[in-house]
Amino acid sequence: CFIRYANCVGEENWVDSRTVYIGHKEPPPGAEAYIPQRYPDNRIVSSKYTFWNFIPKNLFEQFRRIANFYFLVIFLVQLIIDTPTSPVTSGLPLFFVITVTAIKQGYEDWLRHKADCSINECPVDVVQQGKVVRTQSHKLRVGDVVMVREDETFPCDLILLSSSRHDGTCYVTTASLDGESSHKTYYAVPDTMAFRTEQEVDSLHATIECEQPQPDLYKFVGRINIYKDKEEPVARPLGAENLLLRGATLKNTQHIYGTVAVYTGMETKMALNYQSKSQKRSAVEKSMNAFLIVYLCILISKAVINTVLKYAWQWSPDRDEPWYNHRTENERQRHVVIRAFTDFLAFMVLFNYIIPVSMYVTVEMQKFLGSYFITWDEEMFDEELGEGAQVNTSDLNEELGQVEYVFTDKTGTLTENNMEFIECCVDGNVYIPHEHEDLFFRALCLCHTVQVKEEETVDGIKRGIHQGRPTSFYISSSPDEVALVEGMKRLGYTYLRLKDNHMEILNKDDEIERFELLHVLNFDSVRRRMSVIVKSSSGEYLLFCKGADSSIFPRVVSGKVEQVKARVEQNAVEGLRTLCVAYKRLSTSEYEEACHHLTEAKLALQDREQRLAQAYDIIERDFVLLGATAVEDRLQEKAADTIESLHKAGMKVWVLTGDKMETAAATCYASKLFRRSTQILELTKKRTEEQSLHDVLFELNRTSFFFFCSRLSVDCLDFGLIIDGATLSAVLKPNQEGAAHGNYREIFLEICRNCSAVLCCRMAPLQKAQIVKLIKASKEHPITLAIGDGANDVSMILEAHVGIMGKEGRQAARNSDYAIPKFKHLKKMLLVHGHYYYIRIAELVQYFFYKNVCFIFPQFLYQFFCGFSQQPLYDTAYLTLYNISFTSLPILLYSLVEQHVTIETLKREPSLYRDIAKNSLLRWPVFLYWTCLGVFDAVIFFFGAYFLFDNTTFTSNGQMFGNWTFGTLVFTVLVFTVTLKLALDTHHWTWINHFVIWGSLLFYVIFSLLWGGIIWPFLNYQRMYYVFMQMLSSGPAWLSIILLITVSLLPDVIKKVLCRTRSEKVVSVELELRNVDT
Amino acid sequence: MIAAMMASSYNAKEEDGHHSGSSSHGGAGAVKSKKPDNTAFKQQRLPAWQPILTAGTVLPAFFVIGLIFIPIGIGLYVTSNNIKEFEVDYTGVDINSPCYSCAKNFSWNSTQSCVCSVNFTLEQPFESNVFMYYGLSNFYQNHRRYVKSRDDSQLNGDLSALMNPSKECEPYRTNDGLPIAPCGAIANSLFNDTLDLYYVDSNSTKTPIPLAKKGIAWWTDKHVKFRNPSGNTNLTVTFQGTTKPVNWRKPVYELDPSEADNNGFINEDFIVWMRTAALPTFRKLYRIIQKKSGTTPTLPSGRYILDITYNYPVLSFDGRKRMILSTISWMGGKNPFLGIAYITVGSICFFLGVVLLIIHHKYDTRNNSADIPN
Repeated sequence: CFIRYANCVGEENWVDSRTVYIGHKEPPPGAEAYIPQRYPDNRIVSSKYTFWNFIPKNLFEQFRRIANFYFLVIFLVQLIIDTPTSPVTSGLPLFFVITVTAIKQGYEDWLRHKADCSINECPVDVVQQGKVVRTQSHKLRVGDVVMVREDETFPCDLILLSSSRHDGTCYVTTASLDGESSHKTYYAVPDTMAFRTEQEVDSLHATIECEQPQPDLYKFVGRINIYKDKEEPVARPLGAENLLLRGATLKNTQHIYGTVAVYTGMETKMALNYQSKSQKRSAVEKSMNAFLIVYLCILISKAVINTVLKYAWQWSPDRDEPWYNHRTENERQRHVVIRAFTDFLAFMVLFNYIIPVSMYVTVEMQKFLGSYFITWDEEMFDEELGEGAQVNTSDLNEELGQVEYVFTDKTGTLTENNMEFIECCVDGNVYIPHEHEDLFFRALCLCHTVQVKEEETVDGIKRGIHQGRPTSFYISSSPDEVALVEGMKRLGYTYLRLKDNHMEILNKDDEIERFELLHVLNFDSVRRRMSVIVKSSSGEYLLFCKGADSSIFPRVVSGKVEQVKARVEQNAVEGLRTLCVAYKRLSTSEYEEACHHLTEAKLALQDREQRLAQAYDIIERDFVLLGATAVEDRLQEKAADTIESLHKAGMKVWVLTGDKMETAAATCYASKLFRRSTQILELTKKRTEEQSLHDVLFELNRTSFFFFCSRLSVDCLDFGLIIDGATLSAVLKPNQEGAAHGNYREIFLEICRNCSAVLCCRMAPLQKAQIVKLIKASKEHPITLAIGDGANDVSMILEAHVGIMGKEGRQAARNSDYAIPKFKHLKKMLLVHGHYYYIRIAELVQYFFYKNVCFIFPQFLYQFFCGFSQQPLYDTAYLTLYNISFTSLPILLYSLVEQHVTIETLKREPSLYRDIAKNSLLRWPVFLYWTCLGVFDAVIFFFGAYFLFDNTTFTSNGQMFGNWTFGTLVFTVLVFTVTLKLALDTHHWTWINHFVIWGSLLFYVIFSLLWGGIIWPFLNYQRMYYVFMQMLSSGPAWLSIILLITVSLLPDVIKKVLCRTRSEKVVSVELELRNVDT
Repeated sequence: MIAAMMASSYNAKEEDGHHSGSSSHGGAGAVKSKKPDNTAFKQQRLPAWQPILTAGTVLPAFFVIGLIFIPIGIGLYVTSNNIKEFEVDYTGVDINSPCYSCAKNFSWNSTQSCVCSVNFTLEQPFESNVFMYYGLSNFYQNHRRYVKSRDDSQLNGDLSALMNPSKECEPYRTNDGLPIAPCGAIANSLFNDTLDLYYVDSNSTKTPIPLAKKGIAWWTDKHVKFRNPSGNTNLTVTFQGTTKPVNWRKPVYELDPSEADNNGFINEDFIVWMRTAALPTFRKLYRIIQKKSGTTPTLPSGRYILDITYNYPVLSFDGRKRMILSTISWMGGKNPFLGIAYITVGSICFFLGVVLLIIHHKYDTRNNSADIPN
């Protein structure tokens, strides 16, 4: 993650735009006042640390985590005061955790340093004093003129001055920026495009004014002022089409000259775009933290209780200091308050293991390693795309099992986004020859932004495409356009190429028609249409426009509107995507006027967007309707099956699309989002025009609620809601009309809650994010998942808890937390992987708390029998290694490979997903059960050993055992019980499970034998010498170990049998599957 | 045991054998395929044993546990009941008890040791070896300050530790500037009552009963963990420059005047005491009464006299002192707990088995009848 470059320019110097002097030349006299501005150099810094600050900074960052800080405090307390356990017991694990994390982060940062270095030191050609000089990338400054060759990446954000191509264009791929591999055309400024040599470029005297850096890749406003021989400077507009972005690659162009225009180093759009995404925290993590706080309270209250009892108990001096056990002089002189406080701290230290360091490490390892199973999944690999699932963050794995709302984009996500031209309707007739027909086809051939992919032949000569060549193909950011142009080709009109600003069309009679392309009024999702202005060879000015019916019809003045409208609606019902085509002839004066509007808007530095929109609005009116087209977008395979499964799994699926209602509804029926039995509630503009929004909302709410209540008896009725963008913004509008209407939001949410499927059509990208936000913020705080493939879905994906990508460009994939190739993979992702991750991590968290209650509670009980003296029950080695090695691996492995039911069962029975909904395995009752089980087991361990030791011997030679044998007996029972409890919970025994579970028990035994087997030199106590062996040599010890383990496990076994955690349904499916197998 | 609780069924899934070989090895495409490997582990399809824990499968396990545990419990209980144990409290709290005056007049400075005798009768003869314990109550040998107050390297014969004991021994580390050997609170409070047992026959003659002091400490403690500094030759010289613990009457090398090998740190009474007890009421092995050859019981029934040299004060902290005579079986001394626990757990399991059987039976029939219409 990049650190945002800190802008140290003072407030007064901060201006809205910056002026760049090309080649660092002074502006001619008479120009605007020279404001020197300081820009960063072109160094990219993505690393966090330097060699010198690594240790302090990294330690500081690590100890900012509350858990690490807690363990550090415990460790320091152990160092400072006299505590029952040595500082090693908490210092060693902490040191281990800190070191491992530091090494990992250090390594990552070293990699970043290396990457930065290679980027910053890569050679760059700069034009200085008319010569090309080679220098290093990080030495570039704003204003330098750079030469870039083919297949080189741009070292910073550049303005294109001239290109080796004669038309002043160059081709660029921005694959590494937004993943779109198509070649995009960028344009040089007309006044400089003729430059061919370094000298010419160097002679240029110009300044560039542009806005301050901002991260939007597709927006740039600027102006170049060219000074020529004391004349008034010529100003030309600069837009995103003139700005070559850092990270993009030059293609099909020998070389270009560009100036380091605006942005260098950390101010480039690429760097600005790598801001770290906001951290999403999973529900599991939240409950884990809640549990931790509970345990912290338990810990503190234990320590307080024991301290109070200690002073109550030792009130009489005989108990406090019997003759056999005197204090030292120092201790005696200490004030009683200080003594009590150190006693409290000592108890804290004694019981601190109840919050284990290793839990954080294990959880992180589980998440990191576990996420590999997603990328490894062969079933989620798509042969066609050559890509599998991809995990961008492993923090949210378990969240995949908790999804309640799925927000999906329609085009490209639910559907293939593989458009096929189906039909066209000219003047109300479905493709019947007509006099208007030629114009219609020409309109479709001209009104687009499709590029022709140039093919390279073996001898390196570049050729344009020829008609009928099977190798030629079209590229466009919109698949609809490709479908249309290809459809036209089939009907006899082939778009050949754009050459010298002339579009060439091969018409039916194999004649080439040339149209001069004058202006392109680009598509945007607000206007929902695009236009071109062309000049035909006969000198006629024509404006062609195509767009959504809703944006074309109001602007049409003549043409067979009714027939076309009818056809469009029919097509929409069939689920086809429709576009309307219209045109108008422009007289020369009209054209001039339009030109004027456009240039003025394009030159504006401020509010360029709005002014352009205004200009477009003025130009695009009074059309003559030509006809309509219909394009089919087929459903993705198994989309319906997937949606059905998601429904069965209790998820609510919302489709958010920019398409029109009829098309979208048809897709929804096809994908089984709505079934025949679904009662559709409509909340559309059409309806709100008749009634007030208020009435509609209340009526719908009543209907849905009434039926929802009665649904308990008849569960065949479910509701689908259709809402459009306009109504949605009315609903979400903050209450202007008085407080009474302020609760529209609530009513809307109420309706949504009762609907199993919702279709939102005519959505603007930002509205998609708004909807997600609305649901996320509703009072149940449901977990949402957004899936989409386009750049317009990014905001929604970033907003949702979990985002997933698709195909249209890679921007969505880059911003998502998980990326899958196809919609159908969502089923396995959620129902199988999500389910597994959730139960795994839930067990992991609960088990960790359980095993530490079992571990520490006997020590608490022991205090009642040792005069509250903080005598530890277990040896130091056991205290240290319990969480690190004796019980760590089995649970880690469990949390990686456990499958409580098989993959097949999960896929076949989606309703199983409901079992874990709403964080069901980490709710307070479950937590309470585990804690009680832990306390019960601890009581069994302790009192079992207590009664065995009670004033008797249990060896056959009459010798006695001491307190360390007592502790070792408890500890042995503890380790076995805790491990076997996990074994009882394991439903999926692979050989690795066997190996790890039995292996860690064996390791405990071997370690204990070794630990007590020799007199350890350099150790100042030998209390464990032969303790374990002596214990094992006694028959009753064996018998009681077996007995205590059995008793401890008994309640859990009974609970399992009685509660039947695996419903009969699962068992029957499983048996069925087994029968199929055999 | 666990395995028996679960219905087992091996569900080894076949791995789908469709390796699309060319794509996974790059091949002509020259584009390295990102296709994941089709291995059982990566696809989470490792063959696995999937036990199902249901009433039907756990039921037999409950019965089996019940059937195993109850006989074991009965066996343990009977064994424990057959063990003979006799206990005498000689603290001398009660004014009528023979040691009352000794307990009351105890003073650390008296040079004369106080002796008292307790009479008791054994109703039944004690067969086989009899183990003689002393028991202390309300004595916190497991207090943290006490437990750590020792120096294991000193006790292991380390010469530097002998002259410079560990700080843990404070305040029993030095006395009058000389290091204490053995140092620490545990050693300082060594139990020093002497117990002698006499059998009184029908003629009222007192026959002393031979008490063996070998074998009361762990073998490994006596031979490895505890060692005298620089071998066992002339302990007086070895311990020169050290002083005895404050509460001791004799230095450590004179603990057992009768046997030279039983002096210094390897004195068995000392080793037994140094193993700190787990609970505040504890007993420690004092002597062993070996079984005599022939059929005569080790301790025949009849009257006995216990002579106590009363050196150890316990009244100040409300403690009690006991002498215990006990026979030993393979499972140790008298302890009905284990037997009762086994019987209880076995019965509970058996009972649960029955309850579950009923529940399971009822549930099953209901379930079956519900299933039929489907």
